Amino acid sequence: MTQDTNTRHKQATANQTDRPAWATGALVMADGAVYWGRGIGRTGTAVGEVCFNTSLTGYQEILTDPSYAGQIITFTFPHIGNVGTNIEDMEATNTAARGCILHAPVTDPSNWRSDTHLDKWLKNMNLVGLTGLDTRSLTHAIRDSGAPIASIAHFGVADTNIDLLRNNAADWPGLEGMDLAAEVTTRQTYHWNQAEWSLGDGHTNAPASRHKVVAVDFGAKHNILRCLASGACDVTVVPASASAEEILAHEPDGIFLSNGPGDPEATGIYAVPTVKKLLETDLPIFGICLGHQILAIALGAKTKKMHLGHRGANHPVKDLTTKKVEITSQNHGFVVDETSLPDGIAATHRSLFDGSLEGLAVDGRPVFSVQYHPEASPGPRDSHYLFDRFIAHMDATPNGQIF
Amino acid sequence: MGGQTALNTALALHKDGTLDRLGVEMIGARPAAIEKAEDRLAFREAMDRIGLDSPLSFMARSMDDAQAALDHVGLPAIIRPSYTLGGTGGGIAYNRDEYSAQVEAGLAASPTSEVLVEESVLGWKEFEMEVVRDQADNCIIICSIENIDPMGIHTGDSVTVAPALTLTDKEYQIMRNASIAVLREIGVDTGGSNVQFAVDPETGRLIIIEMNPRVSRSSALASKATGFPIAKIAAKLAVGYTLDELDNDITGVTPASFEPTIDYVVTKIPRFTFEKFPGTDALLTTSMKAVGEVMAIGPTFAASLQKALRSMETGLTGLNEVHIPGAQTVPIETDALRAALGAPTPDRILTIAQAMRHGLGNDDIHAATKFDPWFLDRIREIVEVEAGLRRAGLPKNRDSDATTLGLADIKAMGFSDVRIAELTGVNETDVADARVALDLYPTYRRIDTCAGEFPSRTPYMYSTYGQSFTANACESNPTEAEKIIILGGGPNRIGQGIEFDYCCCHAVFALTEAGYETIMVNCNPETVSTDYDTADRLYFEPLTGEDVIEIARIEAAKGTLKGVIVQLGGQTPLKLSHLLEKAGIPILGTTPDAIDLAEDRERFQKFVRDLGLRQPNNGTAKSGAQAARIAAEIGYPVLLRPSYVLGGRAMEIVHDEAALNRYVTEAVQVSGDSPVLVDSYLSNAIEVDVDALCDKDGAVYVAGIMEHIEEAGIHSGDSACSLPPYSLPEEIIAKIRQQTKQLAQGLNVVGLMNVQFAVKEDELYLIEVNPRASRTVPFVAKATGVPIAKIGARLMAGETLADFDLDGSGDGPNEIRHVAVKEAVFPFDRFPGVDPVLGPEMKSTGEVMGLDTDFGRAFAKSQIGGGQKVPTEGMVFISVRDTDKPTTVDLATRLIALGFSITATRGTAAYLADRNIEVTQVNKVLEGRPHIVDLMKNGDIQLVFNTTSGVHALSDSFSLRRTALTENIPYYTTISGARASVAAIKAVADGVPSGGLEVAPLQSYFSNSY
Repeated sequence: MTQDTNTRHKQATANQTDRPAWATGALVMADGAVYWGRGIGRTGTAVGEVCFNTSLTGYQEILTDPSYAGQIITFTFPHIGNVGTNIEDMEATNTAARGCILHAPVTDPSNWRSDTHLDKWLKNMNLVGLTGLDTRSLTHAIRDSGAPIASIAHFGVADTNIDLLRNNAADWPGLEGMDLAAEVTTRQTYHWNQAEWSLGDGHTNAPASRHKVVAVDFGAKHNILRCLASGACDVTVVPASASAEEILAHEPDGIFLSNGPGDPEATGIYAVPTVKKLLETDLPIFGICLGHQILAIALGAKTKKMHLGHRGANHPVKDLTTKKVEITSQNHGFVVDETSLPDGIAATHRSLFDGSLEGLAVDGRPVFSVQYHPEASPGPRDSHYLFDRFIAHMDATPNGQIF
Repeated sequence: MGGQTALNTALALHKDGTLDRLGVEMIGARPAAIEKAEDRLAFREAMDRIGLDSPLSFMARSMDDAQAALDHVGLPAIIRPSYTLGGTGGGIAYNRDEYSAQVEAGLAASPTSEVLVEESVLGWKEFEMEVVRDQADNCIIICSIENIDPMGIHTGDSVTVAPALTLTDKEYQIMRNASIAVLREIGVDTGGSNVQFAVDPETGRLIIIEMNPRVSRSSALASKATGFPIAKIAAKLAVGYTLDELDNDITGVTPASFEPTIDYVVTKIPRFTFEKFPGTDALLTTSMKAVGEVMAIGPTFAASLQKALRSMETGLTGLNEVHIPGAQTVPIETDALRAALGAPTPDRILTIAQAMRHGLGNDDIHAATKFDPWFLDRIREIVEVEAGLRRAGLPKNRDSDATTLGLADIKAMGFSDVRIAELTGVNETDVADARVALDLYPTYRRIDTCAGEFPSRTPYMYSTYGQSFTANACESNPTEAEKIIILGGGPNRIGQGIEFDYCCCHAVFALTEAGYETIMVNCNPETVSTDYDTADRLYFEPLTGEDVIEIARIEAAKGTLKGVIVQLGGQTPLKLSHLLEKAGIPILGTTPDAIDLAEDRERFQKFVRDLGLRQPNNGTAKSGAQAARIAAEIGYPVLLRPSYVLGGRAMEIVHDEAALNRYVTEAVQVSGDSPVLVDSYLSNAIEVDVDALCDKDGAVYVAGIMEHIEEAGIHSGDSACSLPPYSLPEEIIAKIRQQTKQLAQGLNVVGLMNVQFAVKEDELYLIEVNPRASRTVPFVAKATGVPIAKIGARLMAGETLADFDLDGSGDGPNEIRHVAVKEAVFPFDRFPGVDPVLGPEMKSTGEVMGLDTDFGRAFAKSQIGGGQKVPTEGMVFISVRDTDKPTTVDLATRLIALGFSITATRGTAAYLADRNIEVTQVNKVLEGRPHIVDLMKNGDIQLVFNTTSGVHALSDSFSLRRTALTENIPYYTTISGARASVAAIKAVADGVPSGGLEVAPLQSYFSNSY
């Protein structure tokens, strides 16, 4: 097989006139490489870091996960869109991802829950997408060389300037040092009352509440809030920038630090001091993903950018106390450096894929966090027990002492 | 691990206290867990406890129970007998008559006489989850499987895909949690299980159907589909490892405690053999009837479906056209189409495509088939591309443009060259040439368990077409080694089964030992050859010329491709030898020309004459009239068969011209292209099978001579046989050896060869020669302790017989001091309405071997192994044709001496009474009641000898054989079989004081084991 055969859809310095007749979109890398595809979703362009997700189900949840802010998601499974989209499977009101890359064409949906075709939904959500790309070797490229920065384009009527797309990608600063939580957090405090989804009943209202929880929103997935609500928590969601005083003014029984996108060090500039103050109380604190990273920094640990991150619904994590393995849903590109954990902070969970730290707890205190997503959605629900643990901590400490 | 047979055996040993007495523990699944999963009522109660929905159901232990249950479940109703393999005896009843009949059959089939009567969830979507659990309660899902055929068709008979394609994550996770909850509740401590669900497509209501507390056919499929070796891991879990302690072999860098994820679609299509069982409707139900399956891997559903279809070896090249009776396009005849779609036939997916061609819409098709619209859309896309190809001809462009598809995109949808050729009216080579001109070759990708997240160190591959993102998108990465490609046997079917996979695997082992890199190509997920760790490299691909040539091309690009082995996978790879030779690919072992010589009637006849050997008189007819002339010349009875068949397909013995005329007009189409072979039928001859090895220098080793128990005329695959021969004189055996050598040398066989002879009145007749591994190779290897498949492979690679330490200097193994009996196993119980009588067309789906120090004991073991009882007391029913009557005198005398009583129908009874044998007379079924079938149903008959001649006698005694089958009464339909059974009974009876038959490990029979 010749070089030419394999690279025929990639052109090192392509311009619009090189576009094959079938191509209605392209992925243009910062290094100038162009990969032609068929555009879906809205016409236009977007820039972001290209990552991949290996989940077989739950594309709608993934596309609405705020943690994907600044990213273009490559789905490794070829058929995406089979079950359409619906109003219930939203993990946020809006999408934060910059675009998506699929292998097979989007098909008409076939599922009793579907209300909208994925292509139409992408348009509604203002997302650019591509189909017809060789997603497997793109995934290999990301795996081997790290997540590249690229422009994704769905050509409209007007011709698109490939050079401009390349320059946009080259000029994009990357996720390191980026406080993306500020982009996706809620602007104002609100109250959450919706419980988890169940077959037959859908999303119901939460049971009568036993505990007041303040959730700091760095880009929270709705299912985290639903898991708390289903556990009889009265959830108040506050912006990422909320001060400790503002948080404590709600007189919470426990504080939840949410997931979110971007570099924890960048978001930590304002969030870490807040969490440090919260740590001065005896309140139970539970962090997930970015919340876990910010808690770790507040406790004195360090974070670092990973080579390609963890994104999928099949990641094994070992609970170091019970020795049990849970299959987890993951989506993170930064990680807490286990060697930086100060004394008094225990590593509680570890990835069985690469040995990286997946959870920590403060010795003798109801403060713990995990890197992965116990709320699943999408993904296995093996780790739902962590919500029970948080609630049990609140049961044990009826009222945190306010300083 | 051994399926339902092993589970039932283990449970029986537990129940009779053997395991306790010997202090043996069952590991993996314990008896309580098995009982809970297998006992339908207990299972239902267990599901209630964990809050999982089940179909409304009632356990019936009698017809009265069942009638009462009907008021609750309504019709249609599902009938499921307890403790039967593959749902034997189960079915769907749409009316009260069918209901009564099926409950009766189910009660009879169930060893505990219990059937579950169940609310119908027909037409719902069906899903399966493959779950693995370890002793630390870590549970992982290996794979989800979606059945394209909806509920109502056994999952083994359904077209299925992995992963599930029409579930949202929320639904999928409910199923995942439920599967794990089921394992915990049932109490499967460690190992793999399969959980089946039905989903109402309108509401998503999810119902649990069943779980198998063991690895299953679906586990094998899931293992191949994902690269996660369920059985291998389950075995380690059973001895106490936990999942996180085990490695994922495929990546080598991750543990086994994860859930595989894939970036391709896998399609499984079952293979059926209804054509071998006339008298049964070719319709699918909840009772499994498939005899094999293929699996195909593709980057999209369309690609994997089309690959799977051409893997079937049923002549399909894709979604080929089928004829729908009464169908027409203008005006569209929807009733005929709907009627055809409504019948759950094995080729319904083809009928669907055809209905689309006739213009039927998806709504109508969905209403008639309940196939999910998503799959219908994909099938329609293929049909539309086909129409485009028919219209526009072979695409000249590689890439698509705004209006037409390029060849690259068409190939990416899984279209084979030959299918494109059919659609565009050109030759296959034209398409291949066009493809080459456009530089369009497949890209190979790896099954890596992780959708590309980690590098795979395991070369387990499938082909794709289409765009590539990087220059090194092809992951085949051939090595610099000297390599040999071994072609497998494709799907299991009657006539070509796992025996050939045994040969392929042994070739892999032997050639690896000899230092070659081994490359396996096969598409059968049930085999060992398609394990990623059998050969060095595995291509899970269809066995067609195009697919194999592409693999050879990429492998030859680096290192040295020594050649391809086509001799071991049965007829499948053999048929490819000419194509491969033409493509310049070296064939190892016997040359394609010699293969052709053995298969071409006229060339072969001349060859045999030149060697001075004798064949039954025969001729080749290219028309019906010519067949009649030849038959008249050589004399009736004659054996008729189409040329180029395996397993005796459409083979028939005819006794007169009327029957011959019926055969050439109804059974086969005779023409110049498909001639019919006419052989003189040697009545009452003894048939002999010989397997031999021959090296490149012409040295021959006669590895095994097998004397058939049933006379010539019963297909060799259906006949029991004995190694060594039990009645042939030494001179005949010497003559067999001599002629085998002549044939091997004459054909220049390099590797394995099988010869069939018939012995009649001390004359030796040559029936046929197959210059390839035969069905009996594993039997011979096991019976003699000589690994002939391994040696055969190394001979093909160029070694000589002298390189191996074989005794007997070419005459075969030295004196064998034991007897091995092979017995065939039949699927008659799956096919109600089929006469379980043996004939020239092969019908067996498996075989067993009995090994002991004398014939009687070995035969007895073979019968027991095949699921047949060997009675030691009771009443024997004898009804035989006139020519067999003399033999029955001796048999009856011996049986009476063993304490049996004899009953017989009028003619046989009179004959025996005349010869002073104590016999009672019983009515034939047509002679009034009580008749023999009444006696059998009442449990008064322990053994049946029934031989017939002529169509009338056959139909008169049909119910008798059918009853023997359903009542599990041992029966023999040949007098030679009856004679062997008496020897077996005597052996068991003689052994009774010392506790019946003895067991000894196979190895103990050989002084020097290989």
